[in-house]
Amino acid sequence: MTRLFVNGMASISPQPENIFNTGLPETFNENILPALDQDYKSIIKPMTLRRMSQGVKMALFCSKRALLEAESDKPDAILVGTGQGCMQDTEKFMENMLVSEEGLLSPTSFIQSTHNTVAGQIALDLNCNGPNMTFTQNSVSFESALLDAMLQITDEDFNNILVGGVDETSKEITGFQKLDGQIKEEKINNLHLFRSKTTGTIISEAAAFFILGKHKTPKSYAEMLDVEIFNAIDISDLNSSVLSFLNRNGLTVSEIDAVILGKNGDLRFDLYYDKIQKGLFSDICQIGFKHLVGENNAVSSYAFWLASKILKEQTVPEIFKLNTINCTKPGFILIYNQYLGRNHGLTLLRSI
Amino acid sequence: MSDLHTELKRSIIEQLNLEDMEVNEIENDEQLFGDGLGLDSIDALELIVLLEKDYGIKLTDPNQGKQIFNSINTMADYIEKNRTR
Repeated sequence: MTRLFVNGMASISPQPENIFNTGLPETFNENILPALDQDYKSIIKPMTLRRMSQGVKMALFCSKRALLEAESDKPDAILVGTGQGCMQDTEKFMENMLVSEEGLLSPTSFIQSTHNTVAGQIALDLNCNGPNMTFTQNSVSFESALLDAMLQITDEDFNNILVGGVDETSKEITGFQKLDGQIKEEKINNLHLFRSKTTGTIISEAAAFFILGKHKTPKSYAEMLDVEIFNAIDISDLNSSVLSFLNRNGLTVSEIDAVILGKNGDLRFDLYYDKIQKGLFSDICQIGFKHLVGENNAVSSYAFWLASKILKEQTVPEIFKLNTINCTKPGFILIYNQYLGRNHGLTLLRSI
Repeated sequence: MSDLHTELKRSIIEQLNLEDMEVNEIENDEQLFGDGLGLDSIDALELIVLLEKDYGIKLTDPNQGKQIFNSINTMADYIEKNRTR
């Protein structure tokens, strides 16, 4: 079987990347969290940058930094997971339609409103003619891209694949998620998210991109072993599904050193996480991240970034911990994420 | 510089998101595409929409575009002669 190593990575989120070392989080008292601004002009040409929405900017910036770290000029394939795509441009052209009474519309925002704009813009910038795929599968969009990476890397001509997850917020459309209770009614301090006893969560924008290569390098962070997606799963079947996933990788629960959970403070759906926190993984180091970076359809890519970082640095920062169990020498990390009780993803990584 | 030249430069900066650019940084005879300002084909579409929306000019022959959108001067000349609003 072809192996997959994380050879370069970068993330943008509501938290700085160095939170891993400083443990000092940004705090927010609102329920829609913006990503921290970056010096985009430092690596993206201003004439290219001017038309980019937040999602495209974040994705391209992370892609270029990940490539730089992996010392690669161009990937053999580009695989992007995005649940909601380029919402800012969608919103812009829909507003234009209203204002112009369906008259003359500016073409740029329409052209750039599709989900695959992100992967397309990355390819244009990198001059990459390899496979270019966009996966839009709600909260398993990034996991779907990972699955494809496992398939693509079996091509004997491929060595490095760029895989990432990105979702942006937009002024009006993100606000719609309040209407069906996806966003909490009351304003909440993000650091208190897991104490919340109400429905909904905090929504954010974020991106994390990775160079997955078939060869280990001195800079490699971790090895990705496996990924599985369940579009629907009954809570009573969760344990057996996790066990069977571990089993097919030759592992038992006791061999997992830490589990990263997509717990998001939504009273209705954190039950899934509660079940394995109190059951299967009660004696294992439990890690959360959505109290820091919020929720979005591609935020499991941040969990993948976090797992890779933990496995390389061999430490779990306190700010991410959900329990007091120590993890002194992380070897295997399991990521479990779902959203609204649907689209569950399991991802397994190990140290190298 | 006529009001139309200045107005055109302002519209172009705004419509094409040339955020870091000021009106006085665009020369009247500077090429808008290629080696000059460096605009591209998506910008050309935006300029076609701008002509129709702001000046009521509908370009029927795409080949005209190359000449009309050569510079601010050529755009202003064409607008003066053909505007309906």
